[in-house]
This record gives sequence, structure tokens and C-alpha cells, in this order.
Amino acid sequence: MTDAALSSAAGSRRASPRGAAVAKVFEGLCFAAATALLAALGGLIVSLVIGGWPALKQFGFGFLTSAEWNPVTDVYGAAGPVVGTLVTSTLALVIALPIAGGVAFFLTELCPAPLRRPIGTAVELLAGIPSIVYGMWGLFVFAPLFSKYVQLPLMMAATPGSLLEKLTVGIPNGSGILSASIILAIMILPFMAATLRELLLTVPPGVRESAYGLGATTAEVVTSVTLPYVRTGAIGAVMLGLGRALGETMAVTFIIGNSHGFPKSMFDSGSTIASTIANEFTEATSPVHASALIALGLVLFVITFAVLGLARLLLRTPGARL
Amino acid sequence: MLKQLGAAFGAALIVAGATMANAAGTISGAGATFPAPVYAKWAEMYKAQSGVSLNYQAIGSGGGIKQINASTVDFGASDKPLKPDDLAAGGLAMFPTVIGGVVPVMNLPGVKPGAIKLTGPQIADIYRGVIKKWNDPLLAKTNPGMTLPALPITVVHRSDGSGTTFLFTTYLTMKAAHWASDVGANDAVSWPTGLGGKGNDGVAAFVKQTPGAIGYVEYAYAKQNGMTYAQLQNKAGKFVSPTAENFAAAAAGAKWASAPGFYLLLLDQAAPNAWPITGATFILVHTKQAKPADGREVLAFFDWAYKNGDAAAGQLDYVPLPPAVKDLIRKSWSKIVGPDGKPIYR
Amino acid sequence: MTASASKVARRKLTNVVFEAFCVVVTVVALVALAAILWSLLSQGVGGLNLDIFTLSTPAPGSRGGLANAIVGSLMMCGLAMAIALVVGVLGGTWLAEYGGRSLYGSVVRFINDVLLSAPSILVGLFVYEILVAPMKGFSGFAGSVALALLAAPVIMRTTEDVLLLQAATLREAGVALGAPLSLVIRSILWRSGTSGILTGALLAFARISGETAPLLFTALNNQFFSLDLRHATANLPVVIFNFALSAYDDWRRLAWAGALLIAAFVLAVTILARIVAKEQRRS
Repeated sequence: MTDAALSSAAGSRRASPRGAAVAKVFEGLCFAAATALLAALGGLIVSLVIGGWPALKQFGFGFLTSAEWNPVTDVYGAAGPVVGTLVTSTLALVIALPIAGGVAFFLTELCPAPLRRPIGTAVELLAGIPSIVYGMWGLFVFAPLFSKYVQLPLMMAATPGSLLEKLTVGIPNGSGILSASIILAIMILPFMAATLRELLLTVPPGVRESAYGLGATTAEVVTSVTLPYVRTGAIGAVMLGLGRALGETMAVTFIIGNSHGFPKSMFDSGSTIASTIANEFTEATSPVHASALIALGLVLFVITFAVLGLARLLLRTPGARL
Repeated sequence: MLKQLGAAFGAALIVAGATMANAAGTISGAGATFPAPVYAKWAEMYKAQSGVSLNYQAIGSGGGIKQINASTVDFGASDKPLKPDDLAAGGLAMFPTVIGGVVPVMNLPGVKPGAIKLTGPQIADIYRGVIKKWNDPLLAKTNPGMTLPALPITVVHRSDGSGTTFLFTTYLTMKAAHWASDVGANDAVSWPTGLGGKGNDGVAAFVKQTPGAIGYVEYAYAKQNGMTYAQLQNKAGKFVSPTAENFAAAAAGAKWASAPGFYLLLLDQAAPNAWPITGATFILVHTKQAKPADGREVLAFFDWAYKNGDAAAGQLDYVPLPPAVKDLIRKSWSKIVGPDGKPIYR
Repeated sequence: MTASASKVARRKLTNVVFEAFCVVVTVVALVALAAILWSLLSQGVGGLNLDIFTLSTPAPGSRGGLANAIVGSLMMCGLAMAIALVVGVLGGTWLAEYGGRSLYGSVVRFINDVLLSAPSILVGLFVYEILVAPMKGFSGFAGSVALALLAAPVIMRTTEDVLLLQAATLREAGVALGAPLSLVIRSILWRSGTSGILTGALLAFARISGETAPLLFTALNNQFFSLDLRHATANLPVVIFNFALSAYDDWRRLAWAGALLIAAFVLAVTILARIVAKEQRRS
């Protein structure tokens, strides 16, 4: 539509009551769409509470503090998977965020023009690979290499009694908490990098160019001009990544080692909430077991609520919109 | 952009509407993962002969039991038999289809498949973390003259709930009092030690990547991948290898006729060649069929499979049921009735 | 004088370190991509042939392909994206242009962020409870709804972000011409934000195209070819999941070929959408 067409369309509708009606309907539709998602989450949480209630009633607060998860005696405590979820997601975010930022800055500020599109598309492609492929790649390709070139040397280098030794206790076969975190990081990286890049591209060229014109270096343009400009969206991108890390099932399940206790080191096996649900839900025949798994899902939602709430508090600056 | 959204939505609705016209009468089943390959094979052969599509999907035994109770499928499937009380409570009938076995596999450099001999109590002690090294004197007892390496044992188990784990842990519960009191039997248990792999493949991968590791997988999996397995001592005191003949021996010796609702575990059977960790897999259907036509198709399919499916099952490393058991099953179908109270099949 | 010189030197050094860091992490990311792609290609290409597109999923040892799963996945993803685009774009627009600053708006935004993190398996269970169990049957429609629930929050989030980043002058110029806000949104803001919304939609599509967990309890899967979304519907992720961990080589080959197909399809859609967006901006 050209500008002329636009203005004529606008002109013809200016005074017509039909135009006003269309506007009302449109706003109503937008409102309905926003409300639909709210209702979906409400329904989701209600169904989780109903499903998880028997287990929560039976174990009470101990459900959160106990690390005993025993399907034989039907006793369930969520502490192990909760800790595993927090540790792996945090580690994944710590690993992926700088990389995603670096990739996005590289693509917007440094990359030679002919390479921008291919690399950008390649990063998006990484987001399109089914998560089970990440899991299998992690198990069959990454784990043996990780064991040989990272785990074994680190374990050899650790002096008895040192912190490093405590962190590296485990079976050197490539599985465990750290491996799972790295696979998660690789999985959430393209999401964050692609979104960040898209956001940085929305910075008006004039803003950026004037900063360069003032003699700012690339690092300064990024840290004091473009990044602050897209701050809110950038937080959204991080949340996208964190969200996927928290809820990822298949890839983690393959490589985390799946034990329900507290992980004792970076190479120890652990479990996450999502991997526990994925592992056991299909075979859970006892009602308490199934209920405990759904209650785990509820706990994951509570964690998500808490993380998002915290992010909001931290970012409550004038004009911030998160 | 709104127009494009609308067009996309409209197109999708048209596609959806068009598909409404194409309502093919299919029967559906869901449940245990273990028999999925053979059911897929039978369904393919059956469709070629009769034109009826039987769609079976592997969602796990627990899923199979849940889905048949929720009536979202025409039949459920489970590796874990339901007790007669549970069957009665759910208004379900159960019957076995094929037999398979669980095999202990290991990664021991220099040890050939079948060379190492183990007993149930030894495996229980390994999985409890009591036997920690392969050169433990307890293991040397059943392997005289063999030098087992001084490798530490890494225990690998299934992380996902599984009928394979149910058979394995039930076997250990039968053979070792400590296991029964400390761990117990289920399709997922609280493992005293070790790490969990996702599915047979996950267990096999961890075993392959870790020298000194021991795991347990379905027979078809151990065979197709040529993994190092152990001979096991059976109830008759003989060390046997996991083979189709030895699974069949375990099934043949079992007293199906005196098992109400076909609730029967084939573990630790007395037959001289019986492989000790053998199990059947089961089908679940409602005894009162709301849709008798679909129920009849289900029974017709399995009747056909009992008659014509043995060779195909054997090729996929499953063991068919003995003919006498098949006859018992067919007789038991008389209690599966339609809304009119009459048997729906034959 | 020397102080300012050293300051310049420090700024230069910081910048060099920063630029080097960006280059290095990009290389690292690309190496990871190459490694995963290589696994996918080396394992998947061997399984690709014409049968993949013409025959349905086989039993082990039989000749077969993935035609039923490809068609089923296309139908379900298409329907899911249609639902998610309508809900996500309209919802995101409401947040950005109408109610975003109200209390209700912030609640919706918060809820949307939570939904972004909903483990897909729980979304599947939820749809199972509201659609599959009451209707006594697995269906492709239920699968589409589950996928739409995963895709919509991503689209909503990106739509809002993109619209808010549009220069206020654009909006003001439209309104100044006398156009109602709804028209300004549809004719100006959506148009100039197409590229960003598209990125969101593509990320959402990429996410749902490989999702196994939400389909396991909703669409289930189907061994045979069917266009009927009212019954269990075949789809690539569940087929890959079932086949990849099986004992049979031919099933595993199909699983890798299927994974390769999904990745290739996502790539194709990404490129196509980029071209469309570019054309649109030009016209």
C-alpha cells in the first residue's frame, strides 16, 4: 500500500461509523486473543493443581524438602529434581548468554555484509533441529569427546582434597550435570541469538551511526547505545531461552544420568523436573506416582513464576516495562 | 498482514473440513514399548490381507493401562500384568501375546559374549553397590579359571519407567532378600547406585562408553547390537544363555491354565533350560464393549496373529506362545461381551 | 595528556577484546552447529530415498517411508501455526497498543512469559485432559491445539516487542492523518514490523516442528496413512522418538532421515519467509 492509498483509505474512513465499528471489533479481537492465553494458563494450572493435589496432600511440605523419590514404596520428594533444574538452567544460561550476545553483536556490528545472512540463517537453523537430535548427538557424539578431553584431564589434574576434586567427582563417561547444561546451552543459544540479532537490527541506523560519529568504539556502541535501546526485548529473549532450558525434556534426559538424589559434583548424575516427568509419566501406574509427577510440574510453574517475578523486581526502573 | 493471517486460517479450516469427509474405520491400541515392533509387523501383514488398519502406538505400559481405562483406545497393552482384582475393578480382560527376555549386558574388555557366568544374588549385589569391582571374589566363585579385570563396576539402569525394569527388579526381588527389603520391584525404582539411561538405547550407550559398566536391555536389543551378555544361573541350577529356545522353555513350563486372568510371571521358571528373566507382554480390553464392532476387530486381529504371526515374531526375536496357551486365550474371549451381554467374537 | 592517551589505549584494548570475544563465540557457535549438522547429515542422508515420501512407516524389516508422518506433521503444524498466529499477533498487538500498561495487561504479559517456559509435556497433558479424555480418542486436532499453545506465546512476545520498537513517529504520523489506531496498526505497524513478527513466528514454528512430548498424549501417532485429523495422526517427532531408540537398523535410519527432513524443512521455511518479507518491504 502506498502512502497515497493509505491516506485516502484513512480519509474515507475518518468520519464513517463503520470505521469506528471496525476499530472496536479489532480492539475486541485483540483483547480476546490476549485473554485466551490467560485462560489457557489458568486452565493449565487448575488441571495441574487438581492432578497434583493427592501427592501434595499426602507429603505436605516434605514434598519440597525431601530428596527421597521411591516409586516402590510410593514416597516422593522433589528436592533432587528441583535442585537439578535450577543448577542446569542457571549453568546453561551462564554459558549461553555471553555466546548468544557475542553472536548477535558480531552479526550486527562486525560481520562482513556477505556473511551476515548465511550465518544468521545458520543460527536460526540450529533452532529448528528437533530436541531429540540434540539428545542423541549429546549422547553419542558429545559425551565421548567430553569424557576424553574434559572430564578425564580435569579429574587427573585435581589434587586430592581440592575444590576441583570435589567438583569433578563422578564417572568419566560424558554424562552428568555439566554435560546436560552444555547441551541445554547449545539448544537455547540459537533462540537467544536470533531474537537478539533481530532486536539489534531495529535500532535506527541514525542512532548507532551518530555514536560511531562521536568516536565511540564498537564495544561502547553496543554497551551504551544499542543494548540499552533494546533492553526490554533483550530480557524477553533471555526469558525465552531460560524458559526453554527449564522445560526441556528429551535432550536432558539422554545425558543427565537421571538419578533422583542431590547432585554432588559437576560430573555427577542428576535429574530435572521435566526429565523426571518425561521419564516416568508414561509408566506411572500408581495414582500417587502419577500425582507426584504432576505436582512436580506445578513446582516447575512456581519456579518459573518466581524467576520471572524476580526479574521484574530487579528491573523495576522508571520506564522499564517488563 | 491480517488478510494473510485470515487466509492461512481459512486454508487450514478448509483442509480440516476436507479431511472430515475421509473417515476411515480403524482400530487403535496403545501401551507397552517392548512389543511395538511385532505389533507393527502384524498390523502391516493384516492390513495387506484384510484391509483393516490396526494402529498400535508405543506410549509405555502405564500409558496403555491409563488409556484403556479412559477408553481413548480400543485396546491397551502392558508388559506388567494386572492382578485379577485390578482387572475386575477396571472391567478389563487380559491376555498374553508374545514372550521376550531381559539380558544383562556389560563392557568388559577382553571378555567374550556369554563367557561370564552370573547368578541372581550376584547381580543384586552389583546393583546394590556391594560388589564394586569385577575381580571381586564373589564373582570369581562362578567364574573359576577366568581372570576378571580389576575394573570398578559402573551400574547402568533404565531412567524411564519400563516393563524391562519391572521384570529385572522383580527377578532380583525373588532371588535376593536384601534387594526385596531395600529396593523392591517396580517399573521404576529408587536405585541404590549407578546412572540411568533413557530407553534401551540410552542404557546400551552408557554401557558401551564406560569400561566396566553393566546394564540390562531387551533381548532383541542385545542381539541386534552384538553386545557382551552374561550367562545366568536358572532355578534348575544350570547356566543358560539368552536365546529364543530358552525363553520358550520358560514359557512352556508355566502353568497358564491355573492362572486366573492370565496373571503370570515367567521369571525363574523350573524348566531345565529356562532363561530366568523371561516375561510375556499383555493386551487389555474391556469385558463390556460399548462398541462391539471395534472390539470384534481387535479380537479378530489377535486371533489372526496367533494363527499367522509366529514366523514374523520369531524374525524380530520374539517368542510365540505355545499352542495350548493360545487355545486357552481364545476360550477366555467368551467373557468379552457387547451391550447385549452376548460374546462379541465367534 | 598521558592520562588521556592511556585512556584511549584502554578503550582501544577493551574494544579489541570485545571484538575478539564476539568473533570467537560466533566461531564456537558455528562449530557446534557444524558438528550437529554433520551428525544429522552423515546419519540422515543414507536413509533418504523416494520411498520416504511415498510409503508409510513400516514394520521392522519391511520397505517403507515416512509419507504418513510427513503429511500428518504438515497438517498439524499448519493448523497450529494458523491458530497461534491469529492469537499471538492479535494478543501481542493488544499488549503493545491497547492494554499493555494496565494491570490486566501486565498480568497477561507475565502469564505469557510463564507459558513460554511451560514444559511441553505438561501442555500435552493439559490438552489430553480437556480434549482427548472427554472426546474419548486421540486426534490430530488435539495435537494442533497443543502445538498452538506452545507457539502462541512466542509469537505474542515477539509481536509486542516488535511493535513497541516501532518509532513513535510512525504511529503519530498515521494518527495525524486521521486514521483510527486500528487502521494504523494494520496498515503501518504490522507492515513495518513484518520482519520481526516473522522471526518470532519462525522461532515458534521451529520449536513446535520437532516437539515430541505434547503430541505423545494428544495426536499420538498412526502407522498408516490418513488425512483424518479426528483420529490419531501420524507425525514425524513421535516416529523419530519411537524409531531412534529401537533395536532395528532400518527404523533408526528412518529416524535420522526424519530428523534431517525436519531440519531441512525448517531451513526452507526460514529462507522462504525471509524472501517473502523482503518482497513485501520492497512493494
